[in-house]
Amino acid sequence: MATIAPARTETARAPGASAAARAFLRRELLLAWRRRNDALFPVLYAIIVAALFPFALGPEPQLLARISGGVLLVTVLLAMLPTLESMFRGDLEDGSLEQMLLAPQPLALLALARIVGYWLTTTLPLIVVAPLLALLLHLPLDVLPVLLSALLLATPLLALLGAVLAALTAGTRRSAILLALMLLPLAVPVVIFAAGAVAAAQSGLPHSAPLLWLAAALVLALVLAPLACAAALRIAIES
Amino acid sequence: MKIIPLWLHKLSSPPAFYRFAGRLRPWLFGSALLLGAVGLYGGLVLAPPDYQQGDAYRIIFIHVPCAWMSLFGYGCMAVAALIALVWRIKLAEVIAMECAPVGAAFTFITLVTGSLWGKPMWGTWWTWDARLTSELVLLFLYFGVIGLFNAIEDRRRAARAASLLALVGIVNLPIVHYSVVWWNTLHQGSTVNLFGKSHISGAMLWPLLLMALATHLYFFASVLNRARVGLLAVEGGKDWARNLIAESANA
Repeated sequence: MATIAPARTETARAPGASAAARAFLRRELLLAWRRRNDALFPVLYAIIVAALFPFALGPEPQLLARISGGVLLVTVLLAMLPTLESMFRGDLEDGSLEQMLLAPQPLALLALARIVGYWLTTTLPLIVVAPLLALLLHLPLDVLPVLLSALLLATPLLALLGAVLAALTAGTRRSAILLALMLLPLAVPVVIFAAGAVAAAQSGLPHSAPLLWLAAALVLALVLAPLACAAALRIAIES
Repeated sequence: MKIIPLWLHKLSSPPAFYRFAGRLRPWLFGSALLLGAVGLYGGLVLAPPDYQQGDAYRIIFIHVPCAWMSLFGYGCMAVAALIALVWRIKLAEVIAMECAPVGAAFTFITLVTGSLWGKPMWGTWWTWDARLTSELVLLFLYFGVIGLFNAIEDRRRAARAASLLALVGIVNLPIVHYSVVWWNTLHQGSTVNLFGKSHISGAMLWPLLLMALATHLYFFASVLNRARVGLLAVEGGKDWARNLIAESANA
């Protein structure tokens, strides 16, 4: 008998929150796939920044090996900055951000889907290219797994923090510099723990404690940042 | 019993606050100047030199009160920001935004006097010590709030966005502090403890506390003074502001 039910009630029923988040994430990935050349820019940027260090500091392998972990982390952070700034720009300009706000599903969940989409499309390529950069900078090979796990924990954390700030600056001019000014203080603990893990592994010390701190911060940010991001998006849209 | 809530409610209306802050202003500035002068005299002239640091320690009477105020200012800003976001009170938005430049100025003074003190004591202007780094991060947090507030045209939306940033910052501030402590530390421990015994003689303590009181009074005076101007900027089109300007033009 369900087949004779009017079609209107079918369309009026809103999909559940998780279905909406899945659809939203699928949209993000599809958009990124259609413009897949854009994903290369942060990677190229990171390669250029990392390649400048040997020119500036000299090509001695010992020196490069000592600083490579920290240089790589800062390089990835810098490569994320320009893309973070435009995280909500397109959605704001074409009006889909307003639809997100009007949607019956919680805005924080949709924002989380957006952040996950951002991380998968923009930051994951950076982590994929990180071993190559590590090779260029003579990072010892046995430290590489620690660097990669530090990056896997630190980049989602930075994406979550950056999303809150990107939502706050959505619709302002000159927001790239402003975003950097706001993000760098918040990124200090992330850089300290990620680089601390790499440095500890490099000098043969136990490195699990800073990684666990990063994981704890990631769990905390995973809960709090989408809520803050939703509040920031509401402020950006209103008036 | 309802007199105080009623009074606060009345005070949160911009014209009432404008008059109230105007009446309070000379008293706050005057007492801040007076206490500051007595405190400086006590600290720079009356207090004995330190047995280790000689006369160089006397910068403590500027450095430490300003360092306290840099944190206190951020706390005030965060409380006002929370009130602004939760109850959407226009006055709280203005006060939160006017706390930021004053707090940033105190943070800057702390960094400058700290580096002046560091040169004779540690032999260096700057070191990547935990407390110095936290203070620098605090200055950048202030700059972020000020920058975001100035970047958005609509002043009320700008104030709410910057208020949210201030709250994000206050969640992050302890994390920054403990992460840099774990990272590196050289700074001497606290000299004055609120709970427990302070490591300072009474002859040095009283000018320090007097200076702390003076900087608090100055902070409030300055914030109230700035908030009056901020209110006029937000409420420029309202009748009370127009009448006020007309009166001052006639006088």
